[in-house]
Amino acid sequence: MVKFHFSRKQLCIPYALFLILFVIIPMLLILFYAFTETVDGMIRFSFANFVNFFTSTAKLSTLLMSFTVAIISTAICLLIAYPLAYILARSKFKRKNVLLMLFILPMWINFVLRITALRELLDLIGLLGTQNYLNTIIGMVYDFLPFMILPLYTTLEKLDNSYLEAAADLGGNKFTVFTKVTFPLSMPGVISGITMVFMPSMTNYVVSDTLSNFNITILGKLIDQYFTTYDNWHMGSMISIILLVIIFITMLVTGGFKDGKQEARGANLW
Amino acid sequence: MAELRKDEKIIQLVNVTKAFDETVAVENVSFYVRKGEFITFLGPSGCGKTTTLRMIAGFDIPTSGKILLNGQDITNLPPNKRPVNTVFQRYALFPHLNIYDNIAFGLKLKKVPVTYMNDKGEKYVKMQKLTRREIDEKVKNALAVVDLEGFEKRAVSTLSGGQQQRVAIARAIVNEPEILLLDEPLGALDLKMRKEMQIELKEMHRKLGITFIYVTHDQEEALTMSDTIVVMKDGCIQQIGTPTAIYNEPANAFVADFIGDSNIFNGTIVGKLTVRFCNRNFKCVDDFEKNEKVDVVVRPEDIKMTDEDSGMLVGRVTSVVFKGVHYEITAMVGRSEVVIQSTQSRNVGDVIGLVIEPDDIHIMKKELTVNKYDGYITKKNTVVFGDGEFECDVTKLYPGSHLDEEGYLVTADGEKLDLTDMDVSVEVGLQDIELSDNADEGGARGHIVQLIYKGDHYQYIVRTEENEEDYVLDSPDLWNENDYVSVKIRPENIRLALKQEKQNG
Amino acid sequence: MVKKILSVALCAAVLVFIYAPILLLVVYSFTDSNVIGRWEGFSFALYGQLFRNAEIMQILFNTVWLALAAAALSTVLGTAGAIGIFYSRRRVAKPLQAASQIPVINAEIVTAISLALLFSMIALYRTYFSLIVGHMVLCTPFVVLSVLPKLKQMDSNTYEAALDLGATPAQALFKVVVPQIFSGILSGFMLSITLSLDDYIVTAFTKPPMFDTISTYVYNAVRNGTNSSTPALRALSALIFVVMIVILLAVNLRARKPAAKERAK
Repeated sequence: MVKFHFSRKQLCIPYALFLILFVIIPMLLILFYAFTETVDGMIRFSFANFVNFFTSTAKLSTLLMSFTVAIISTAICLLIAYPLAYILARSKFKRKNVLLMLFILPMWINFVLRITALRELLDLIGLLGTQNYLNTIIGMVYDFLPFMILPLYTTLEKLDNSYLEAAADLGGNKFTVFTKVTFPLSMPGVISGITMVFMPSMTNYVVSDTLSNFNITILGKLIDQYFTTYDNWHMGSMISIILLVIIFITMLVTGGFKDGKQEARGANLW
Repeated sequence: MAELRKDEKIIQLVNVTKAFDETVAVENVSFYVRKGEFITFLGPSGCGKTTTLRMIAGFDIPTSGKILLNGQDITNLPPNKRPVNTVFQRYALFPHLNIYDNIAFGLKLKKVPVTYMNDKGEKYVKMQKLTRREIDEKVKNALAVVDLEGFEKRAVSTLSGGQQQRVAIARAIVNEPEILLLDEPLGALDLKMRKEMQIELKEMHRKLGITFIYVTHDQEEALTMSDTIVVMKDGCIQQIGTPTAIYNEPANAFVADFIGDSNIFNGTIVGKLTVRFCNRNFKCVDDFEKNEKVDVVVRPEDIKMTDEDSGMLVGRVTSVVFKGVHYEITAMVGRSEVVIQSTQSRNVGDVIGLVIEPDDIHIMKKELTVNKYDGYITKKNTVVFGDGEFECDVTKLYPGSHLDEEGYLVTADGEKLDLTDMDVSVEVGLQDIELSDNADEGGARGHIVQLIYKGDHYQYIVRTEENEEDYVLDSPDLWNENDYVSVKIRPENIRLALKQEKQNG
Repeated sequence: MVKKILSVALCAAVLVFIYAPILLLVVYSFTDSNVIGRWEGFSFALYGQLFRNAEIMQILFNTVWLALAAAALSTVLGTAGAIGIFYSRRRVAKPLQAASQIPVINAEIVTAISLALLFSMIALYRTYFSLIVGHMVLCTPFVVLSVLPKLKQMDSNTYEAALDLGATPAQALFKVVVPQIFSGILSGFMLSITLSLDDYIVTAFTKPPMFDTISTYVYNAVRNGTNSSTPALRALSALIFVVMIVILLAVNLRARKPAAKERAK
């Protein structure tokens, strides 16, 4: 009789089970694999993978290189996207939404195809096969630029003009108005953009593989190799854990993640 | 089901309690509603009136107790099975449906018994949905009742608040419920609209002849529309009665205060049909025990102003506000504030006499469970109240605070506060007061003016001389009337609260 | 004036950067040449090869049905989940919402290997089941995230009003709640389709060995150096680019209009 009071809540049970089974448990399995090793078909607890990672020059240099690629890609994205988003958001153009659309449209087109198309272009202008690092960074910027433009545009568009007028009214020149008011107020967009570009730039190995002719190994590729090529799932899991720690630290530093990815991918288009 | 006579109980709540987690929203409520009645739950927000309505509708299930509809237990019946429909506070119209579909929503779901005859001539009954034509007819009628003919195809969002309100009413009454529940239905409308709707609702109630259960916090609305008003506070019923009875004979100070404007004084019965308040004895018409502590309620319009000499009370005017029909004049009589409504004006600073007729003095028994005083904190961090000064624990005013060496209060956030002269309200339990012969021992001194033997203990009232402040206490020891005693209260038993905070809360 | 020229120049430069590769591919899909940069005259030959290539057609079909199936399942599961979360107490809703964020924040490779570990343990590694579940893990949280705000915007009394008018809880849900959150459900579904179509990494780790989507097929073609030997892929890409851009523009321009009207009122 009282049952109807629970039926709506009960709708989350399948989803809860789904999350536990296919999200939580798999993550725990990574943790388990990371701190175990298989010896003679027996699985036993071990710190070997952990020690191995931090004593292997090859792995550490991969980590460092991934970091560098990601930082440079993110910086370039920010340097291009910020003025662009600012121009779009502040423009008097009536249908600036349509204009914005043109810049973020590729986000919804299969990225493997787009990167392959970029590869053809780089091939045509002679960069392919000669400039592996440059190509990888161009590829990361090409793929993730929309993810930087959108959150920046959203925050700058919402920015209340009266703040800027107030600042100018109080005697700020254009430069101080920007540095003291506009930029601080757009920080949430900057942070959101950085989180969405930095992490995939470290891990999306399809970009680096395609554009460097499989010559550059970023952290994501290293995990893939331990699973598919070397068949050492324990080491692969350990590298994943290290990657997760890095993600966690970036999130702490940038102050959290606020549904930015969803906002960027979905709400605006469909 | 046998047809109920008018005046029979259509709905009855028996000892109903509803608790959400730890908080009790409705506590042990019992009442009944007569068929065809317009009954209103009235009370401030959070008094449990809406929760009571939701339990009748079936949205909330009582934690304990029973709800009877026509004598049958419906306590656990889901809302879709109850012959009850609700008009919601913010209408809750379905935004994705047009007006017609909103009103037809219930009708389309409804199944009614239809009697058929088979080949052998036997009758049988089948549950059937209403036909398209029947639904059309009913929707049309309902729209006519609420004066919205021709609105069928309109979208909800194109209607004004008042029109949406009417659609919400039509959507509910089209199902011909036995009871219509209205949860502050006029709350979102402006004043003029509200007045119009009040009259229309009342008219609708008369025409439809069904039971209306209405919830509001607006006392004027309740007084205008209802046959019966149920006044609620803190989840409990304070009074049930007709609007006239509730206005003229409020059951307690809360009801008096909530319904209409009132002056409420602390009084004591000093003799046969005599009550003392504002340091003066008045004749009254209510018979109470001598020495009983009472609340005295006088309506502002019942106080007449005369000149200084012929007044029963003398006061000085502190404010005069023109209210359209009358002036609202506030005067200080001794330490009490008195509000008067009159068609005559006075000037601020005038000394006036006040006359109150015995008929206009409403006396209510005080449910005394605790002594309440207004007090202030001294430089020494003691508290003055009730013509006395007592040691107290001022750190209780701010959770997590402490006193530094200089006697300043340091709050949990590290803020330093000087409490001197801060106004506080003070509560002391009846068991927490001790008496002593030694006049210097206690914080206040007075004579025992009353003692009542209560079976296993005595209840005393100690009255001070200066301002006639009373201390009511329970004690197992025996004292005599007129003994001069001092009052002792341990610091931990003096409950202090900041004045401002109380108002906000 | 200088500022304006600089602004336009920047916008133009970025647009060129974004669309140059796409345009290049589209242009060279209309010539029968093995390599880009060598124009052999206008021709639909590559499109002819594309539609005759049974393997590529199969892959196209695979990609589409996988996206539709994963999106449909995710939408049902996610919508139910969002409704459940919305009506649950905080201490149930909070952890569920937090767990929903994991696949959203996580690097795709980590999600992929975590599923590989799970499915290899229960002997379902590289099956259609693991593939669909993998895509659902990617999509479902986004459905939840697009439906939840719509629930919050909804007048919560409408569900009770439906019950009050005689609807059973199920009727109230389908006749009153679902229609009100339908725009959120739809955008969740569309988002799921794009996420599924876009995915490479999770697909690579969960797909059955002989199964390919466009993503995995093209990536493998690049890896094996067979990319340039199948110029029909160029026609496929060009076709997908054009179709997607047209659909996206159409959906967007159409969707903006009523919103603008609403605002004008």
